[in-house]
Amino acid sequence: MSEKKHPDNKERVGVYVCHCGTNISKVVDVEEVARWAGEQPNVEVSRDYKFMCSSLGQELIEQDIKEKGLTRVVCASCSPHMHEKTFRTACERGGLNPFLFEMTNIREHDSWITDDKEAATIKAKSLVRGSIDRVVHHEPLDQIPVEINPNTLVVGGGIAGITSALELADAGYHVYLVEREPSIGGHMAQLDKTFPTLDCSACILTPKMVDVGQHDNITLLTWSEVEQVDGFLGNFTITVRKKARYVNEEHCTGCGICIEKCPFNVVDDIFEAGMGTRKVIYRPFPQAVPKYPVIDKENCVYFQKGKCKACEIFCPTEPNSIDFEQEDEILQIEVGNIILATGYDLFDVKRIPQYGYGKLENVFTSLEFERMVNAAGPTDGKIVLRDQETKPKSVAIVHCVGSRDENYHKYCSKVCCMYSLKFAHLVHERIPDAEIYDCYIDMRTPGKGYEEFYNRLLEEGTHFIRGKVAEITDAARIPEEEGKLIVQVEDTLIGRQRRVPVDMVILSPAMEAREGSKEVSQLFKMGCDFDGFFIERHPKLDPVATMTDGILIAGACQGPKDVPESVSQGAAAAARVAGLISRGTVMMEPVRASIDQDACSGCRICNNMCPYNAIIFHEEENVSEVITALCQGCGTCVAACPSSVITGAHFTNDQLLSQIEGILWDMRPEKVTA
Amino acid sequence: MSEKYEPVIVGFLCNWCSYRAADLAGTARIQYAPNLRAIRVMCSGRVDPQFVLKALRDGADGVMIAGCHPGECHYVNGNIKTMRRFMLLQKMLTQLGIEEERVQLVWASASEGIVLAEKIDQMTEALRTLGPLNWKKRVLNSGNGYQAAEAIPVLEEA
Amino acid sequence: MKKYAYFPGCSLEKMAISYHDSALETTRALGVELEELEDWNCCGATTYFHLDEILANTLVARNLAMAEKQGLDLVAPCSACYKNAYFTNAYIQEDEDLAEHINYALEADDLQLSGDLSVHHLIEIFVNDVGVEEVKNKVTRPLEGIKIVPYYGCQIVRPRKDGENIEDPQFFEELLTAMGAEAVDFANKTRCCGGSLLISNRRAALDMIRILLQNAENSGADVIATACPLCQVNLECYQAQVNDEFGTNYAMPVMYFTQILGLALGIPRKKLRIGSELVSAIPVLSKYLKKEVS
Repeated sequence: MSEKKHPDNKERVGVYVCHCGTNISKVVDVEEVARWAGEQPNVEVSRDYKFMCSSLGQELIEQDIKEKGLTRVVCASCSPHMHEKTFRTACERGGLNPFLFEMTNIREHDSWITDDKEAATIKAKSLVRGSIDRVVHHEPLDQIPVEINPNTLVVGGGIAGITSALELADAGYHVYLVEREPSIGGHMAQLDKTFPTLDCSACILTPKMVDVGQHDNITLLTWSEVEQVDGFLGNFTITVRKKARYVNEEHCTGCGICIEKCPFNVVDDIFEAGMGTRKVIYRPFPQAVPKYPVIDKENCVYFQKGKCKACEIFCPTEPNSIDFEQEDEILQIEVGNIILATGYDLFDVKRIPQYGYGKLENVFTSLEFERMVNAAGPTDGKIVLRDQETKPKSVAIVHCVGSRDENYHKYCSKVCCMYSLKFAHLVHERIPDAEIYDCYIDMRTPGKGYEEFYNRLLEEGTHFIRGKVAEITDAARIPEEEGKLIVQVEDTLIGRQRRVPVDMVILSPAMEAREGSKEVSQLFKMGCDFDGFFIERHPKLDPVATMTDGILIAGACQGPKDVPESVSQGAAAAARVAGLISRGTVMMEPVRASIDQDACSGCRICNNMCPYNAIIFHEEENVSEVITALCQGCGTCVAACPSSVITGAHFTNDQLLSQIEGILWDMRPEKVTA
Repeated sequence: MSEKYEPVIVGFLCNWCSYRAADLAGTARIQYAPNLRAIRVMCSGRVDPQFVLKALRDGADGVMIAGCHPGECHYVNGNIKTMRRFMLLQKMLTQLGIEEERVQLVWASASEGIVLAEKIDQMTEALRTLGPLNWKKRVLNSGNGYQAAEAIPVLEEA
Repeated sequence: MKKYAYFPGCSLEKMAISYHDSALETTRALGVELEELEDWNCCGATTYFHLDEILANTLVARNLAMAEKQGLDLVAPCSACYKNAYFTNAYIQEDEDLAEHINYALEADDLQLSGDLSVHHLIEIFVNDVGVEEVKNKVTRPLEGIKIVPYYGCQIVRPRKDGENIEDPQFFEELLTAMGAEAVDFANKTRCCGGSLLISNRRAALDMIRILLQNAENSGADVIATACPLCQVNLECYQAQVNDEFGTNYAMPVMYFTQILGLALGIPRKKLRIGSELVSAIPVLSKYLKKEVS
């Protein structure tokens, strides 16, 4: 394959070195690199230019291809992740196969990491020479068309997932919405008011939930979890476990008599955040979608002791909707794209023992407080201490519990300042004479109407204390502190330690990645960062795509965010999917492996290298074959083949070995000894 | 060459994690040794051990293979295969008398620009201490493992 | 029998001799051998480190090097000694320059420190090596009905070890419970006793002591247990001054945990020097001491 090119038959390479304004040229001697490149083998023309990615820069390439008959192009500029596509398109416009192009990264990997001009220039030359030597071995390739299955899977039925599902369904595409709880709604359904408008959360969410439940284009799978993901962009096969509800959805009318008659109550740790109880057969909340209840098997007396069946006895439907024999169902779904909107968990405040949660009974978490102030919540909206009756006369709200903290999460959880302000407002509203102390590190209110809301609270008379709370204790030092919770905080604005005695403390914990988000990211074969949040393709310009084609992310699974942001991301992800579906087919990188079957010895070493089972073995011919549609192009089999008969397109042995040689142009032993 | 010795390291960076980590290090303007010359591969599993030998034979003082953390491979488990190959390769290189520091396998996720930069700095420093590799003198002329060294592909003559 | 190099520190020679005696008695009873470090020197206390860190570290390193020479891990009953020894040992392993510096100085004494030894506070020996279960098995005089404050003080938990809950540790409570006593929930368990602040700001220090005594009293405790000679001195010897200054009338016995442990193990009180306190613990302990001829 690597026959030596005849001198007359050599490739004509064009080399373009970008200044990137001064981003590259202030460290790398760009003119010198371009001049030197012109002297390298196979190079026909070499230029430097201020901005290669500009339309004028691209035209340079196009012109040279046409006028100078270039057969290969190298562009030394930024990372290929930035502009490879731009330049490939320019080559294509000039009439050259886009894969006859190679990009050299002399910005991110060179000019930005050092100020040693000499070293940076030598490095740039080496990288360029590597690309020149590599590109000569490039071969024209065609992108692989992939058909997009128009169905979409949305994982997570919080506000982000609901938005994605509705946007796609309204556009006429079918959506499978999978939610692991018995109802959709997510965290937003637990909230009382939303900041800064103080809209009733349930009032604005419920209509959307009902839409989802009734939409012809949405298959709603609650109490279900994704177990397996196979395939790739356009053609995923998803295995979903639909957990047994023990209620037949076909017969159940959602009348709720079974719930009423169920004789057993248990603490509701999920929806009511441990503040209230629910029946053993239950709907998480009255507006739940779908309306069908679910039996909590662990706590059901019938399941545990074989007696009761009250729900079955009182069920008025014919045939009876209660089905104790129901089993988990395993469903297979075919989809073209996946949107992950799996949301967040709240930081476990018990990890900060000095805040006393769990030990000091009148320390509450934000979610507990949300349930408390919710008119439909366990206290009917009354703000009371843990004894369920005493109104607090003083309340402290503690920001940044687990956020902006070296010991827990370094990041800012973004929403806590605003909902803490909302809490302060709600306490003012319901207990007008209460003193409210809001302990913050910095007040962060970037958002439409957010700063105005903060100003409103300043006027409402909240006492703002700028400082990180050190501890919350019941250990009184002076008689006035007896029987109170004392918030010890350094007030950095007056430069003093303060001890604030209060009746109630509300902790505003960090938003953190869902427990098990790492496993979820592995299930879907995409990335998650150190904190467990899913990684977007580009933090600025591609926030809802991931590195894996066909898998998008929306909402707090990508990082802490509030309702409007989650909604925007949900809609953005849906728009991206809708675009792909309406195109019908997308073109995929032709980076795929193939086996020269004439030369294959049938050793089968490659067979179990492939993580996608894309290599099959033909017993009769005693040869292996790569199924192109399944191959993802990693090249592991290529490196493993002992007879070098597997070719990894665009990453061939010749290409990589030449690049190694080129990159070490100044290091060849013969030159050193010379 | 009388000036300070600067080693040259060839880096094989996987497209999804470590190449992006290097991109991120640049974007964040993290300053580190410019001694690593990177080659992008789709997966560290693509790194054929002969690429490493080729780089050393062609004058590199060291080779760094960088991939996603185990368990985080974009291709499920390509990096695990890299690890296996690397261990064998390391053994062979030791037998040729090549110090362990010269060929390193590191993990850096796409968000770990600073981690990769630190690894490159550390490796550069280690190689500065070791000095040039001198493949020719050390391997070809030693008689030790000569045949193995001969097997490395030389493109022009292939 | 597990053997340690024992670094008593200056307090245990005189002022805290009851700690010294009870430490030796209880370890012996539980099968731990403490071999006193020969020719040991000052641990640097709390002040030296702020004057000259390298010299202070070197001072500590000499003790460590001698333990290393004996091939034993070091145990210190005093929290300040423990903290200093622990940190110097850790710094040596992390900081090559410092290690080189210190070893150069140690050469004068024919000593070498690699930092391979481990450093323990005395209470850790009972909790980790002997084990709470074993202590429980050896108790012959269960201290039922007595409420004790597990006062850790600030320094024991300061070398932050992996997985240890430094804000709300529980091991002292477990040890007291193993003796049959009731450990009260003491919110200020790791709060500073005032340390050497009494020298520079008497009123502030007395207030810190007052806070601890007040909380101990509020918790209904009969006695405060401590694992540090300085905590003991501050909490006990200054009670009269606190009472004068703030018009209070605290009378709270403050004992070393080893004294209480010794009592539970059935060791005669005189061997533990119980009764030598300024605020006598005899009244609250009388029911356990009945059988002993006092």
